[in-house]
Amino acid sequence: MGKRSVVPFGPQHPVLPEPIHLDLVIEDEKIIEAIPSIGFVHRGLESLVTKRTYKEMTYVVERTCGICSFMHGMAYCEAVEEVMNVEVPDRGKYLRTIWAELSRMHSHLLWLGLLADGFGFESLFYQCWRLRESVLDVLELTTGGRCIFSVNKIGGVLKDLDEDMTKAILQTVDKVEKELEAIKKTFLFDYSVESRLKGVGVLTKQQAHDLGCAGPFARGSGIKMDMRMRGYDAYKDLDFEPIVSEDGDGYARCYVRTMEIFQSIDIIRQAIAKLPAGEFGVDVKGLPKGEAFVRVEQPRGEAVYYVKANGTQYLDRMRVRTPTFANLPGLVETLKGAQFADVPLLILAIDPCISCTER
Amino acid sequence: MNEIFNPENKLEEINHEKLLRKVLVMKNKNMRLAQMCAAFVEGKYELSYSFADDETYEMSTLRLIIEPDTAIPSITEIYPYAFFYENEINELFGVNVKFINHDYNKKLYRIDAESPFVKKEDK
Repeated sequence: MGKRSVVPFGPQHPVLPEPIHLDLVIEDEKIIEAIPSIGFVHRGLESLVTKRTYKEMTYVVERTCGICSFMHGMAYCEAVEEVMNVEVPDRGKYLRTIWAELSRMHSHLLWLGLLADGFGFESLFYQCWRLRESVLDVLELTTGGRCIFSVNKIGGVLKDLDEDMTKAILQTVDKVEKELEAIKKTFLFDYSVESRLKGVGVLTKQQAHDLGCAGPFARGSGIKMDMRMRGYDAYKDLDFEPIVSEDGDGYARCYVRTMEIFQSIDIIRQAIAKLPAGEFGVDVKGLPKGEAFVRVEQPRGEAVYYVKANGTQYLDRMRVRTPTFANLPGLVETLKGAQFADVPLLILAIDPCISCTER
Repeated sequence: MNEIFNPENKLEEINHEKLLRKVLVMKNKNMRLAQMCAAFVEGKYELSYSFADDETYEMSTLRLIIEPDTAIPSITEIYPYAFFYENEINELFGVNVKFINHDYNKKLYRIDAESPFVKKEDK
């Protein structure tokens, strides 16, 4: 047995600007154990329910994270709508689905770029982020915001899409699809990329289940779980299947996220083709009383929203279980036995969002 | 169209002495611990342990209502990754969780306040 040392990783590290800390127990260059620490920037957003009304909380939860902002707002609104028995008009549900999938596209493109940057493929990083810009542009055109859209409300959405906007969305997804085909070849078939990702950080299906993993991280280990299959919003009317890979390594996670961008494009096309006419939101009267658990599929996986209301303007409790929170035990497992040089890439592979985790 | 999986969420209120037995039942059903959370309502803790079936998308929640000074056992022997959740409810709400396997001793979130989600005068 070689000499064991403890090497601190983070909370500030070039590969991950957000603060997470790991104590890595290493033997030569091999990781024996990893002990995670979070909490460097915990904001206590959940406790704001005592100071902000249940309607104002929509704006608070949208600011949980700059990447999954829309889906945080959407899940919170759906939890309150369930408590209040509010039926969102079909058009509102479709609009939520379209913006949610555009959010997934820009989140996965951001991640692909960061992954490329992580293994030193700078030009690939620039290509992914350039492509992401066009998704952000169309989000700005349709919602007014590039990352935080503030279009959710309890009872539906605040803005509608006109014909020009739906055309712009379709043109954008056409362009992204065409250019992503070229980028996909590099991510999935380039020798240098494969050499950094294949067989690295393997997590078996059983391990992923036993460690409670979620999202593309779990699907990359063969778990066919996608909260969109629950059929919330317009997903019940759309045709799609969870994208799964059995390999459980870094390459599998990259494959799942790459293919999910194409899947999002397909879902957006279906949703626009079926977009019903009519109202896109209803006014909500009264005060919420009761509790609800709602699960949605964010870009990083299953998010669980819990709302408990007491019949006043202020909720008793609002709780968010973010996907990164669920994926940290899985991350620690993938690090065991890995080479020290692969640590940044393995952390990136779960697409960690510390902003969400430190809600 | 796809087959839609949208079963109703189940909620069962249990006595804290039955917690480990009930959690073991969930484990034996191959369910995933989806979340744990605490709320402080009318002078008592409400603890929710939610378990998910990833094939049927069923979610079952065990609900414990306990007095502030009641200690509950850790479930980390059954679900090892529950340590994050248990440290969280211990640090933010002051719930007394015994024998957590990997106890951060109220340093998970590094907050310079004791149980910030529950006011001292409410306890």
